[in-house]
Amino acid sequence: MKRARFHHRLLPVLLLVPQLTIIVIFFYWPAWNAVQSSFFLQDPFGFGSQFVGLDNYSRLFRSAEYMKVARFTLIFTLLVTGFSLGLALLLAVKADKVIRGARTYRTLLMWVYAVAPPVAGLIGVALFDQNIGAMTRLFSGLGHDFRLGVNYLDTAAAMVIVSVWIQTPVNFIFFLSGLQSIPQGVKEAALIDNPSGLRRFWEVTFPLLAPTAFFLLIINITYALFDTFGIIDTLVKNNPASNPMTLVYKVFIDGFRGNDIGGSSAQSVVLMVLVLILTVVQFRLLERRIHYT
Amino acid sequence: MADPVSTPRRPFRWSAILDHGVLIAGALFMLIPVYLALTTASHDKLLIQREGLQWGFGDQAGANFSAALFQSGGFTGEITGATMLMNSFILGIGFAIGKIVLSMMAAYAIVYFRLRFATLAFWVIFTTLLLPLEVRIVPSYEVIQGLGLANSYTGLIVPLLASATGTFFFRQFFLSIPEELVDAARIDGAGPVKFFIDILVPLSRTMIAAIFIIMYVYGWNQYLWPTLITTEEGLFTLVRGIRQIVQAMAEGSEIPDYGRAMALAIVAMIPPVVIVITCQSWFVKGLTESDK
Amino acid sequence: MAQLSVEHLSKTYPNGVTALHPCDFAIERGEFVVLVGPSGCGKSTLLRMIAGLEDISSGQMRIEDRVVNHVEPAERDIAMVFQNYALYPHMTVYRNMAYGIRNRRVPAAEIDRKVRDAAQMLNLTEYLDRRPAQLSGGQRQRVAMGRAIVRDPALFLFDEPLSNLDAKLRNQMRIEIRALQQRLGVTSVYVTHDQIEAMTMADRIFVMNAGRIEQIGTPAEIYHRPASTFVASFMGAPPMNLLRGHGTGTGAVMLSGGLQLDLPMPTDAGRDLVLGLRPEDMRLSPDGPIRFDIQIVEELGATRLLHGQLSEQPFTVAVSKETQAGPGIARLAFAPDTASLFCGQKGHRL
Repeated sequence: MKRARFHHRLLPVLLLVPQLTIIVIFFYWPAWNAVQSSFFLQDPFGFGSQFVGLDNYSRLFRSAEYMKVARFTLIFTLLVTGFSLGLALLLAVKADKVIRGARTYRTLLMWVYAVAPPVAGLIGVALFDQNIGAMTRLFSGLGHDFRLGVNYLDTAAAMVIVSVWIQTPVNFIFFLSGLQSIPQGVKEAALIDNPSGLRRFWEVTFPLLAPTAFFLLIINITYALFDTFGIIDTLVKNNPASNPMTLVYKVFIDGFRGNDIGGSSAQSVVLMVLVLILTVVQFRLLERRIHYT
Repeated sequence: MADPVSTPRRPFRWSAILDHGVLIAGALFMLIPVYLALTTASHDKLLIQREGLQWGFGDQAGANFSAALFQSGGFTGEITGATMLMNSFILGIGFAIGKIVLSMMAAYAIVYFRLRFATLAFWVIFTTLLLPLEVRIVPSYEVIQGLGLANSYTGLIVPLLASATGTFFFRQFFLSIPEELVDAARIDGAGPVKFFIDILVPLSRTMIAAIFIIMYVYGWNQYLWPTLITTEEGLFTLVRGIRQIVQAMAEGSEIPDYGRAMALAIVAMIPPVVIVITCQSWFVKGLTESDK
Repeated sequence: MAQLSVEHLSKTYPNGVTALHPCDFAIERGEFVVLVGPSGCGKSTLLRMIAGLEDISSGQMRIEDRVVNHVEPAERDIAMVFQNYALYPHMTVYRNMAYGIRNRRVPAAEIDRKVRDAAQMLNLTEYLDRRPAQLSGGQRQRVAMGRAIVRDPALFLFDEPLSNLDAKLRNQMRIEIRALQQRLGVTSVYVTHDQIEAMTMADRIFVMNAGRIEQIGTPAEIYHRPASTFVASFMGAPPMNLLRGHGTGTGAVMLSGGLQLDLPMPTDAGRDLVLGLRPEDMRLSPDGPIRFDIQIVEELGATRLLHGQLSEQPFTVAVSKETQAGPGIARLAFAPDTASLFCGQKGHRL
């Protein structure tokens, strides 16, 4: 990266100081605190703490409840990522193909991006309400008694549906923009080389879209892990009890409800490691992407 | 004269119907939940309780929306929807402006200056992309508490600024600006400050608009952080207020007022949805640029 | 008096790469100098050092009598035209041209007069309120020129200004730039990789290769007496034929294919030599001494290029359109004083 540059010493430092200060105070300090307190057991009433080494971690991995939450998080993440990517890809391919109404479709399929997860959650609460919900009535028409917040699987299904609803638009936007950036010449060459539309898609379009798909995969995993907090919190109506929850939600519950700062911090650290691994994977994929373009 | 040539008619494409069918189904999947929220918001709570969510519009829209906006609620009875709306705007706009100012300055320093500790600064800033606030929520809360910033706009907005998304956007954008412009500006006698104000900021206008929209929506939609950091109801945002409603419903002591709740949900989604739809092309451009 | 002079000027990057080996030269007032060479030869680095955009590692640079090693670009009394024009996309043509002198706090009335004069000179008057995106490539090129003219500098610097234009426009702009420079009488340094631009525009050419100035001379000197095999092969289209061989000690060259040619100069016996012959210095002659096996004929309209083998080495001959030739064996002759002889090892002219 060769860049024409200005030769000043003080100015760039002054430009960086505000951002760096905020990052150090509100990012590195808390992150460091999390790592530190994951090695301590804190008195629930705030009277001092005791160094316990890796106890918090071993307690975590021996806890059946934590493992259950981890398992749910994994399945939840897979389902949300899979459905929202698949649906978005289908819609993007169709939206890229139609000529009439393309702009209208694009608008109609992307605006939900702007809806906040808990707002979506609240609408979900209404749709899946035991007495009045439209979805509940649909399910009872199919012979299933849908019980949000009571039945574990029903609640999980509602969480997945609402999360997919809100995550599909952003994937749609990226897929559509990826499709539109495939060079016209390549599309035309494929049209001449290959008579089957479906094979054209799998042999030409999809490989060219793969970089976008890799990128979105990571975005979606991150989304399912963290940004769904608002959906889960509203759908369980602030009453986790025996309901399904994700790892992040458990960090919150244990830290603020259970006052188990040590355990919650250990969970935070586990999540940090998880995200770091995801990032490394992402960077490796990004490296591979360069070969495409 | 040769025989007139008849142009063969293009065969009807059945697949076009399928394409439109899929797209319409997708659009309905996106629209129906919000449509139902809207219709439900126009009915009385007793009617909803009796007959379920309504598909048609009723005559209680005015009552529900004015209750959602102006009737006091919460434990202290001090908070109205209008106050929450105000707070949401403060959070959304304050966050977006803060983000743009901080990240433009930082990206400018990183791209256009020779820095001794450039690599270090780069990594210190960009590591924040890795760990979302949700991961370090408990210690962050403690830090803010310790600084006495809980229940303040500062405590609400500033910690959210501790991430590099904006800096990353601007860095990518600055790197795409031709280097020759810096050379030309230097020959034209523009120093770093003049270059920034006269050339870089005007050139970044579209990018600034795009990032403003993305960040405004992001700030407006924040939930977990406002939930933790604001316990005084006067500082609640609309999205934070949703939690209040859900809690009240969960207690179940009275008939849940779905009409009013859906009205509030609609109010909470209108400002971000409108800006995303009206500034669609900027917003899409800004969002997908980050993929580069 | 020299407008620009450098002594032992060199450039080494922090990573140890030497972009410019120490060099000395002086450019006279009003001269049009062209720096030409392949990409990566250091010509742009040298130009950017003159502009002050690149630091000087060692040596001294003067503009008129002033040492400018550490003078900011804006203070050097220079103007530069960039490869991609580097127009400010958000400013109108007028503001683009005015920006530099406005920063020098020139009175508004004077700015206006200068901008309008330059616009007039470049036929840009009706475009003054447009933005660069609304202009054609040629018009943008003129705006970039106008921006330089408005500054009224001691030195014009051009960094491959025509490389983004199509061939026809390039020819036209070449003439315009040269005419303008002659009218204004401003000393100019012009960088290009195109040897035709160099030959047609320059008062003097600096041929550069691998961070060194290989030869400085008028276009005629460069063309007829190239200082090295590099210059011989880089300048001229089609390039000079370079034939490998060795000296016989009797004023002749024994080419590696077995053909012996007499030359009007001594040749050390056994020394590796390269014989340079310009394609257009050769003529077809039925009783010529050289056997030439024509394989391909390239029709260029005014001339015709004959490609083939001479003493088992590739060889090209340019003949006028009146001369008929087709594939097969032909005989060639040339005037011995048009031949160039180079050292076979180091490539320098003998």
